[in-house]
Amino acid sequence: MNNLPVKVFALSTCIHCRHCKEFLDEMKVPYDCVHVDQLTGQERKDVVEEVRKLNPSVSFPTVQVGGNVVVGFKKDELIRLLEL
Amino acid sequence: MDAKELYAALRKLQEPKGYFFNADEEMTLPLLESLLVNKERFGYMACPCRLASGQYEADKDIICPCVYREPDVAEYGACFCGLYVSRAWNAGEIPHQTVPERRPPEKVLAALG
Repeated sequence: MNNLPVKVFALSTCIHCRHCKEFLDEMKVPYDCVHVDQLTGQERKDVVEEVRKLNPSVSFPTVQVGGNVVVGFKKDELIRLLEL
Repeated sequence: MDAKELYAALRKLQEPKGYFFNADEEMTLPLLESLLVNKERFGYMACPCRLASGQYEADKDIICPCVYREPDVAEYGACFCGLYVSRAWNAGEIPHQTVPERRPPEKVLAALG
């Protein structure tokens, strides 16, 4: 495993987001997580804009792995990027 | 109403239309629970895997079953969140792949107000 920084943009109600985080936990990968549906006002706008820059379709989960972006829960891509 | 009651109620309605619940109950039941969470939050069952705004008009297209279910199930055998699938998908006759988001991002951004 490498130590690329991982940030998960997620929704608290989304099963794919939950499975993605469970997988990262299982693999003992440290990550930051933002539940965008639990943000409001300007903070929500700012984070959605951040997501949009990474993932133009503004879908979830959006996973930042260093300079890479994984759209959706794609285990193989996470394994490859994180060298798991 | 809990997820299991919702499951029974919706199944009777949706299966005759050709939409089946994902056979993996570790997907289906949490998704139904999330629909109930969103019903509580917004007053309607917004898709659990999309960012709802809380404004009914702006969220109409993603109220479950969303307007994207039909084309998604036709093309991928599953809807975006994986709640509804085709018979073939459940039977493993077609590959299970990540369904890309069909909803125009402008709708997400517009709903931010």
